[in-house]
Amino acid sequence: MKPLLSAKGLTRRFGARVACRDVDFDLWPGEVLGIVGESGSGKTTLLNCLAGRLTPELGSVTYDSAAYGTVDVHDLSEARRRLLSRTEWGFVNQDAREGLRMGVSAGANIGERLMAVGARHYGDIRRTASDWLDRVEIERDRLDDRPTAYSGGMRQRLQIARNLVSEPRLVFMDEPTGGLDVSVQARILDLLRSLVDSLHLSAVLVTHDLGVARLLTHRLMVMQGGAVVEDGLTDQVLDDPQHAYTQMLVASILPV
Amino acid sequence: MTDGTYNYAYLDEQTKRMIRRAILKAVAVPGYQVPFGGREMPLPYGWGTGGIQVTAAIIGRDDTLKVIDQGADDTTNAVSIRRFFAKVAEVATTTRTEEATVIQTRHRVPETPLSEGQILVFQVPIPEPLRMLEPRETETRTLHALSEYGVMQVSLYESIARHGRISKGYNYPVMVNGRYIMSPSPIPKFDNPKLDRSPALQLYGAGREKRIYAVPPYTPVKSLDFDDHPFEIETWEQCCELCGSKESFLDEMIVDDDGKRLFVCSDTDYCERRRTLPEAAE
Amino acid sequence: MYVAVKGGETAIAHSLDLLADKRRGDRDVAELSLEQIDQQLGLAVDRVMTEGSCYDRSLAALAIKQARGDLIEAIFLLRAYRTTLPRFGDSLPLDTSAMVAERRISSTFKDVPGGQVLGPTYDYTHRLLDFSLATEGDRPAAPTAPADTNRTLPRVGDILEREGMLEPPPLDEASEDLTRQPLTLPASRPVRLQNLARGDEGFLLALGYSTQRGYGNNHPFVGEIRYGQVPVSFVPEELGFAIEIAEIDVTECDMVNQFAGSHDVPPQFTRGYGLAFGHSERKAMAMALVDRALRAEELSESATSPAQDEEFVLAHSDNVEASGFVQHLKLPHYVDFQSELVVVRALRAEVEARRQQAALDQAAE
Repeated sequence: MKPLLSAKGLTRRFGARVACRDVDFDLWPGEVLGIVGESGSGKTTLLNCLAGRLTPELGSVTYDSAAYGTVDVHDLSEARRRLLSRTEWGFVNQDAREGLRMGVSAGANIGERLMAVGARHYGDIRRTASDWLDRVEIERDRLDDRPTAYSGGMRQRLQIARNLVSEPRLVFMDEPTGGLDVSVQARILDLLRSLVDSLHLSAVLVTHDLGVARLLTHRLMVMQGGAVVEDGLTDQVLDDPQHAYTQMLVASILPV
Repeated sequence: MTDGTYNYAYLDEQTKRMIRRAILKAVAVPGYQVPFGGREMPLPYGWGTGGIQVTAAIIGRDDTLKVIDQGADDTTNAVSIRRFFAKVAEVATTTRTEEATVIQTRHRVPETPLSEGQILVFQVPIPEPLRMLEPRETETRTLHALSEYGVMQVSLYESIARHGRISKGYNYPVMVNGRYIMSPSPIPKFDNPKLDRSPALQLYGAGREKRIYAVPPYTPVKSLDFDDHPFEIETWEQCCELCGSKESFLDEMIVDDDGKRLFVCSDTDYCERRRTLPEAAE
Repeated sequence: MYVAVKGGETAIAHSLDLLADKRRGDRDVAELSLEQIDQQLGLAVDRVMTEGSCYDRSLAALAIKQARGDLIEAIFLLRAYRTTLPRFGDSLPLDTSAMVAERRISSTFKDVPGGQVLGPTYDYTHRLLDFSLATEGDRPAAPTAPADTNRTLPRVGDILEREGMLEPPPLDEASEDLTRQPLTLPASRPVRLQNLARGDEGFLLALGYSTQRGYGNNHPFVGEIRYGQVPVSFVPEELGFAIEIAEIDVTECDMVNQFAGSHDVPPQFTRGYGLAFGHSERKAMAMALVDRALRAEELSESATSPAQDEEFVLAHSDNVEASGFVQHLKLPHYVDFQSELVVVRALRAEVEARRQQAALDQAAE
C-alpha cells in the first residue's frame, strides 16, 4: 500500500520566526491524523503547506492522486492543484465564514463543487444538496436560506457538506469545532466521526483540543515551536506521553 | 479634423496599430479579454471610449458608419459619437443597418440580421463577466485561465432558488466557443441569440477598463443556463404601436399623466423601414 | 414625442451654446485672462498639471477657464489633449537634491544641513477671511534674500540612509508608461507611483488619512518636504548625451516610517514617496502615505486595510475614469431598464398567482 500523503522535511518561516521545521510523516488511506499543540506551535502553517495553500521554503509534499497518480503538491500547476482541491480534497476552516459563500443559499454552497465540474441540472443539484443537508442534520427546508441566517454550529455542518459533496478522498480540517459551544461541538464531532467512517475518508485534523483529537484521530503528532516533538497512535500518546511537552498538555486538560 | 491638429480618425497611427494588434489577438482567442493601452479620449469614460477607440482603429474613408444607443440612431450619445466620426474621419454615416459597414452600438444589437463583412462594435462598461461575483482582477483572470466557472453557475442557481427563474435581464453571460465566459455588454438578453454564429464580426471595447475582446463570424455563443431551466428571452403581449412588429424589442413609454403606456420598437431604423416599405413588414 | 431623451442634433447644439454662454457669465464683468489664472490661481494650475500629467501652465490655465473652475473637468480636458501628443522618450530621472528650493522642511530633526526653509505656506496663517482682498489694490512685494542658486540642500533621507537607518531608495527600474500600457496587477512600484501621481488628490488624501486612523498604520514622519525648481534633462538619440530641456517646479515628500525588520533585515526606517508638479504639498504627502501603505506585502506586514489593497487603490484612484463612469449613469439606460421591468413584472405576476391559488385552496378546504 502507498501512503496517500507524504511530507518530507517541510520548513516554513515568517520573517525571522520559524513556523514549522523539518516535518516528516506519511498519511495512509483511511487514516485520520491529528496535529496537536498550543496556538503558535505551527500546526496551521503545516496544514496550509500540506494543502498547497502556502509554499514551504524547504521540503516536499507528495499526494497519491486518483486522477494524476503520485504528484508533488507544490510542483503541480495551479490549474491542477485547484482542480484537485475541489474534487479529491476538502478543506474545513475553523471559521465557517471563510469556507462558505455567505451571500448565497445553502443549496448554492453545496452545489458549487458539482457545478464547477459540469453539473447543469438544477433539479438534480438541488436534490443532491437536500440529501446532504440531511446527512449533516440540517432540516431540508433550510435549503434556500443563506448561511448568515444559520447558527455557528449549522454553518460548520454546512461547510462540511459543501466539502464532502464531491466525495473527496482527503479532507484537511483546521480546528473544525473551535469557537463553538461544548454541546454543539459534541454533535459535530459525532457527525464527523460517522462521515469519516461511512465515506472511508482520510483526514488531517489540526486541533489544540486533545479531547477532539482522542475522539476523531487514529494517530497524533505533537508540535511545539514549529517542530514535531512526539508522534504515535493517539491512545498511546495520550495515555502514555513520553515528551515533557506532551505530558504537560495531557496534564492540563480534564480527562475525556 | 481637417485643420491638421489631429490625425485622421483622431488617434495617431501608432495607437491605431496597437489597438489593431489587440483586436487581432482578440479575434484569434474568441471571448478572451485582451488588455490594451487605452487612451484618454475627448469623450468621458463610461460614455463609449472603448467602442470609439475600436471604431477609430478600424475605420477608413470607404466605410459607412452607423451609431446607435438603446437601439436608436437619434439618442444623444449616438448623435454625439456619429458627429465625432463624421468630423474626424470624414466617413459617410447612415441610419440603415444593411448599408453600414461598421455599426457602433450601446446596449442593443440591431433587429435587421447582419451579414458577412459587417462589423458590430460594442461599447462595454465592465468587460469582466465575473466582476460582481469576484472583485479582484488577479483572481478573475485566474478563473478564466483555468476555466473555473463554478461561481458563475452558482449565481444562476441562486437566482432560480430565489426567484424561481434566472432573473438576469441584460448583460446576460455567455460562453464563447465553448471556452471563455464573456459579458455581451449590457444588451438585453433578447439580443443574445443574435450573437450566436453571427456572420458579422463582433468587437467589444472597454475604454476605462482597457480591454478588447471579440467574437469572430460564425462563432458559437451560448447563453448560460440549466438543462431544466433553459435560457429564454423577453416577450411582450403588445406589438409595436407604430409598425406592428411582434418580433422586436419594445420600449415602453409613459405618454400621459395617468401613466398610459405605449410600446414601440427600440430599433428605430427597423421600425421606420417596416412603416415605409410595407413588403418589409411582410 | 419623447424629445427630452431622443435629443437630436439641434438640442445638443443649443446645449453647447448655453454652456459657452454660462462659462462667460455676465459680460459686464471683465473676462479672465490665462495669465491671471496662472498667476493668481496658481495652486489650481498646479493640481491640474499634476493630475492631468502634463506640465504646461498655460494649457492648464486654459483648461481651468474652459471648465469654469471645475478642476476635475479641467484635468480631463488636459488629459484628452495630452494623449494626442507625440512621445519622444523618457527624460532622465529628476535629481531633486539639485533643487533650487523655495521651501524645505523636515519634521524629523530640529535642524538639518541647509536649515529649515519655510517659504510661502498657508501653514502659519490664521484662517480668517482677509476682507482687504475683496477690493483690488497693489500689495507690497515680500522682502527676499538674494537668491543663492548655488546652494543645494542635501536630502534628509540621504543623511539617514548613510547611517543605515533608512532603507536605500529602490534601484532604478524602467517603468512602463501608464498612459500607453494598461495597468497590470500586481504592479511594480514605479507603476504604482505613476498611478498615484496621476491619482485624485481627494481620494489619496482620504486613504492617507485612513492609515493614520488605524486602517493600516505605519507610523509616518515627514522626513522632508521640499518645493522648488529642478532641471529636466533628456538624451536625444541623435546626440547621445544629456541636454537640459526645461526647469519645472515640483513638490517632493519623503515620508519616513517605522519598520520592525524581518528575518533577513534588521529594523530600520522605510520610505513612502510622493512627488507632484508645482506646489502641491497635500497631494505629495497623501501620495507618500499611500505609497508606503501599498508596500505592506513587500515588507511582510499584514495587509488588511483599504489603503494597503493595491487592486482597490490603483483601480479607483483616477478621477477622470471615476468621474466618467459615475456620470455615465446619466446616459439613457431604458433598454436595460425595460429588461428589468419585464423580469420584475413576471416575478410579481407569479407571486400574485401563487397568492390567489393559495386563497382558492384555502376557500376549498
